[in-house]
Amino acid sequence: MEYFLELFLGGLTRGSIYALIALGYTMVYGIIKLINFAHGEIYMIGAFTALIISGVLAQFGLPGWSILLMTLPIAVIYSSAYGFTIEKIAYRPLRGAPRLSPLISAIGMSIFLQNYVLLAQTADFLPFPALLPELAFMEGFSGIMNSSELFIVLTAAAVMAGLTAYIKYTRMGKAMRATSQNQRMAMLVGVNVDNVISMTFVIGSALAAVGGVLIASHVGQINFYIGFIAGIKAFTAAVLGGIGSVPGAMLGGLVLGWTESFATGYVSSDYEDVFAFALLVLILIFRPSGILGKEEGHKV
Amino acid sequence: MIKKLTSAVAVAAGIGLIGIGVAQADEIVFGVPGAHTGDLASYGLPTINAAKLVADKYNAKGGVLGRMIKVVPQDDQCKPELAVNAAMKLVSEEATVAMGHICSGATKAALPVYGDSKIVVMSPSATNPPLTTSGDYPNFFRTIARDDAQGQLAASFTIEKLGAKKIAVIHDKGDYGKGFAEFAKAAVDGSGAATSVLFEGVTPGAVDYSAVVQKVKHSGADAVIFGGYHPEASKIVMAMRKKNLKIPFVSDDGVKDPTFIKVAGVFAEGVFATGPQDSSGNPLYAVALAEHKKAFNAEPGAFFFNAYSAALALMNAIEKAGSTDYDKIVKALKTEYVETPVGKIKFDSIGDAEGVGFDVYMVANGVFVQAE
Repeated sequence: MEYFLELFLGGLTRGSIYALIALGYTMVYGIIKLINFAHGEIYMIGAFTALIISGVLAQFGLPGWSILLMTLPIAVIYSSAYGFTIEKIAYRPLRGAPRLSPLISAIGMSIFLQNYVLLAQTADFLPFPALLPELAFMEGFSGIMNSSELFIVLTAAAVMAGLTAYIKYTRMGKAMRATSQNQRMAMLVGVNVDNVISMTFVIGSALAAVGGVLIASHVGQINFYIGFIAGIKAFTAAVLGGIGSVPGAMLGGLVLGWTESFATGYVSSDYEDVFAFALLVLILIFRPSGILGKEEGHKV
Repeated sequence: MIKKLTSAVAVAAGIGLIGIGVAQADEIVFGVPGAHTGDLASYGLPTINAAKLVADKYNAKGGVLGRMIKVVPQDDQCKPELAVNAAMKLVSEEATVAMGHICSGATKAALPVYGDSKIVVMSPSATNPPLTTSGDYPNFFRTIARDDAQGQLAASFTIEKLGAKKIAVIHDKGDYGKGFAEFAKAAVDGSGAATSVLFEGVTPGAVDYSAVVQKVKHSGADAVIFGGYHPEASKIVMAMRKKNLKIPFVSDDGVKDPTFIKVAGVFAEGVFATGPQDSSGNPLYAVALAEHKKAFNAEPGAFFFNAYSAALALMNAIEKAGSTDYDKIVKALKTEYVETPVGKIKFDSIGDAEGVGFDVYMVANGVFVQAE
């Protein structure tokens, strides 16, 4: 039972990260029907920004808590700026083009950003400081779940709750929902669709940056390539949950995290990916639009 | 074309046979095939330097058996097809012995050509086990330890020195990491003193490894052997330590890298890793190093000391054999000890150098030191 609990919590942590990144994929897809393959790179850039900022702040001898509080917003703002700019440069000029064109543009952007960081930084793995504080009361449970994992789960939950509320209750959220339902109609009733799309990219990138900082601090190392695998897994989570659906992305992330964790725990880590993708195939056979794909009204 | 090549080899071999009487008072042709251009050139070029230094040393004393040594490099770029060509050229140049090739794949492709012409080949760098263990290449020797020796060493160290009874073996599913892990597992299970309780591959680059760490914990293992490279190793070690799993972590020379310590930081402390034996204490090591610095005004590159040792071993064998006859050289290599930078060595029945191997290192205060 203890083993089950450990695997459950491990899967929850992993799934929360997947969900945070998957939200970016699903929001963008919901609005402009584009799979933003450069999204994983935003996650990586968020982590790199945090590494640089925290390195500078650590020079001043500040305590870990305050470094995290200053680093996270900067990484989020920086990544959002990247997301905003990518949309402006790579996707907006292709707005009316066939769907394949922006997709290829997205893949190109992903390769460009990876190589840009490779050249501007380094190909080596870099140590990432443990920004997440160690809580004293978690000491006794560290065999099952440690502080950084607790932080990841709680932060992810808070961010996702905030996002859900934002989409549901704000003017911009309403505009997003309208745009996702029918772009032309939204335009006709006076929604500034360009702004809505930009905002979607900004929010998605911010979530990816939060994920990047959290997981980099948890595993303690980064390089220019981390966005690729995280991106692929998060994309899988988004499809699993139903791409275009916000609750679907959250659920998809968690389901994927648990599947991997339990497959490793009870079968073999050799088959971790086999189980994850077999589940994806199964779900897509029986529910082609994903677990929550059909639900209307939650689409963004 | 094939016919032409075959006849060329036949002619070359024929000339070789006739040439023996003539060449006796002539030079000893010392072939040095390997990667001298291309992206792996950094592995091959130091071996030419080593061959030249050893040849100069012998020539200054009047050569071997009264004959001068002539170094003949041949480039193969570590490509098997070019390696065969390089071997044919050396055969046609009547090479007495050859030191090379550099890469295991190229070596394997070229060996039959030398074998047909009865030329002894000694590699300073080809670690692939079947080159010697298969028994297909009786003319092949090497001054570097085999890949499987590393797995065996890791296993015996974990069992004997660390006293582990139940060992979890993890790898990164790659050729190198999985190969090491399989050798280690076989050695653990064959030891009788311990058993492997887990054998699993992890996906390189995965977001985290907490599930596999929990699995190790519940397997009741009292040590972990990991085959793979340092990025995964540091993630697994960090996850283990954070989960209060303090059992020893033993890995391979893909982990014995300063980057591992840089990334894993305090968590790297106490981690064990096997790596090429430290031979810097040997007197000849310092001699070879000084000669290289004097001649080339630079630090020697990869495999320089293995190559220097191979050149010494080959020349010594010719000298001890008192002839350039293939059978006599092979016998001398297997029976006569020779002092080299990698230690005092002779070769076993399959052609591996005895006394050359790996050592176990441990991270202590941020550096790898030899483990006791």
